Amino acid sequence: MNHLLSTRDLSVDEIVQLLELADHMAEINSRAVPKVPALRGKTIASVFFEDSTRTRLSFETAAKRLSAEVMTFSASTSSVNKGESLRDTIETLTAMGVHAFVVRHKSSGVPKQVTQWTNAAVVNAGDGWHQHPTQAMLDAYTITRNFGDKESMAGRTIAIVGDIKHSRVARSNVDVFTRMGATVVLVAPDALLPSSIEGWNVTTASSIDEVVGHVDVLYMLRMQRERMDESLVISMKEYTDLYALTQDRAARLAPHALLMHPGPINRGVEMQVDPSEVPGSRILQQVANGISVRMAVLFSLLGGEISPAITLGGDA
Amino acid sequence: MSAAKSIVIRGATVVNPDAVFQADVRVVGAVIDAVGDALEGDIVLDGNGCYVSSGFVDLHTHLREPGKEEAETIESGSRAAALGGYTAVVAMPNTDPAQDNVATVRFVREQGVKANLCEVMPSGCITVGRLGAELVSYAGLADEGVTLFTDDGNGVQDEDTMKRALVSARLANVTLAQHCEVSSMTNGAVMHEGACCSSLGVPGWPSLAEEQMVQRDIALVRTTGAKMHFLHLSTQGSVQLVRDAKAEGLPITAEVTPHHLSLLDELLTSFDPIFKVNPPLRTVADIAALKAGVLDGTIDAIATDHAPHAGHTKEQPLDEAPPGMLGLETALAVVNTAMELDARKIVELMSWNPARIAGLDARHGRAIAVGEPANICVWNTADVWEVSRESLASKSKNTPYHGMNVRGRVRHTLFNGQIVVNEGKVTR
Repeated sequence: MNHLLSTRDLSVDEIVQLLELADHMAEINSRAVPKVPALRGKTIASVFFEDSTRTRLSFETAAKRLSAEVMTFSASTSSVNKGESLRDTIETLTAMGVHAFVVRHKSSGVPKQVTQWTNAAVVNAGDGWHQHPTQAMLDAYTITRNFGDKESMAGRTIAIVGDIKHSRVARSNVDVFTRMGATVVLVAPDALLPSSIEGWNVTTASSIDEVVGHVDVLYMLRMQRERMDESLVISMKEYTDLYALTQDRAARLAPHALLMHPGPINRGVEMQVDPSEVPGSRILQQVANGISVRMAVLFSLLGGEISPAITLGGDA
Repeated sequence: MSAAKSIVIRGATVVNPDAVFQADVRVVGAVIDAVGDALEGDIVLDGNGCYVSSGFVDLHTHLREPGKEEAETIESGSRAAALGGYTAVVAMPNTDPAQDNVATVRFVREQGVKANLCEVMPSGCITVGRLGAELVSYAGLADEGVTLFTDDGNGVQDEDTMKRALVSARLANVTLAQHCEVSSMTNGAVMHEGACCSSLGVPGWPSLAEEQMVQRDIALVRTTGAKMHFLHLSTQGSVQLVRDAKAEGLPITAEVTPHHLSLLDELLTSFDPIFKVNPPLRTVADIAALKAGVLDGTIDAIATDHAPHAGHTKEQPLDEAPPGMLGLETALAVVNTAMELDARKIVELMSWNPARIAGLDARHGRAIAVGEPANICVWNTADVWEVSRESLASKSKNTPYHGMNVRGRVRHTLFNGQIVVNEGKVTR
């Protein structure tokens, strides 16, 4: 693996191996001093052209726990504001000696474009509506570790609820969940589904009530208020009536069912229930798992084929 | 003053509307002096294995001057045109300033005369500044020789404005050319709306946005009786609408680009803005429909939509990069590679019909016959070559065909009786 640009870059076997590596990382994270020297001497540039808190902190924490140097770049305080091009930014940072770029951009495809201008590894930390591969990895990790089958999601039904059309999380998750054997149902109004789901291997439902009682995972997406205002796709009331998770609906979840959300949560919009009061909620667990999974990704990209047991053995 | 040197094109096959036959062609001064066997001349051009026909005419060329000389100049674009076998190009009016006034139109024409590699025919805007509101004075620009008017890059959105434009155009005896795109349906669009676009997570450009405007304009032509040309049609539905309108006898013509005949939307999975173009690359079914339209005469012309863009602009994110691709130097080869067309059909699509649509048919798109103006190209359909962006004459390098093998090549081009391309090289 040279880059992680899309979940499609990974076979199911590679995904399973990555999640196993994340188990080792989780063990490190449980130690009193959660830090190992695995990536000492490596420099990771965290290049966020679009604002993000959790993904940026998660990647940077992951890098630091592996003892990598972290170079932080954010578009709002950088030369991008002076009109510097994407290419010049990447070439400049590369010249400073970067081993991996973690790239977030509002435009689909930018991480892939970045690979032309650097010989460093590139990790997609979310591009436009396209992909968010480490989110899908951490979600797959959360689901498989909760259900105990580490290699498959066969027999599981996962509903993804909300604005699928504009969601990079949905695109990555649909790909990973379906290839790992899950049955995926997309729950959204037509206006918030992509114009074509040919080849997605999913079914659709038009209200959360149709699915809430019999899913193994209820995966809620963030509904962006500005999206609703700009496109007038559906009124807020209509949306919350059909697609929000209310207390009543949460009560209909099966006892073993998981509630997940990529964050940040929009309380009062898609989440009309306090997630801390939903027993199946794994939303904070997702965040914790995100660090382990991103450590696994960075280690795989920069640490090569070294056996984790040896490299990750001691404290830093 | 010594007599002009005679030029003989030897051994080629003449392609004329009424006949295709083997003959030598001699040019003296700016006209064809003889067509026949074993002609002698001062300069001999090798035409073996080639066709000789009237030079190609491009209805749709962006030369970028004035305004974006970084991407192309009238001189560099003329060079590319000559290499592509073109003896005349219609310069699109989306320059800066736009070609909505006499001064700019004269400037473009004069720069073309200065380059002296092909005839540069400025088109005019339909509306002032291509803003879709106030109509340009068609009669005023027609006095400058402008025959084709378009807001290319933008479709004229307002129905009443378009209707009034057609009425004025009919009175001035000029042709309006529409870029068909209902802009409210293509806000932020990056590529064809379909399975590929949905999977890549980018805003889609639906076929319907083109077809809605084609349909509206056909109705307006029916009402006003004005002539209308449709630029760069790209969808299956558009071809059928035009086919039906022509069957009805409406004065409509249509063009298609080489790239819409040869490239699929799936190329955007690379996220390389080199494949971003407006209208966008579409699907297998659309390509099949466009080809059928070419074969049955629904489509009158191949036009390049040659759209140079400076390299750095195509290194932006896909949604920010400007749409457009080069076309002049590869048009013949790409069309010949994409479709099985006989030589006569190629000349009809690339010379005779576009010359007539642009009102250039007094000087271009004519038969190879004694006394005719010597705007000629010599080309073949057999040479296979690899397109290389580095070797193109255009100032920009945004060809989508870089590294691809194509078949068919322009060997010589004569403009006003002068050799401007000899053995695939520009002579000046």
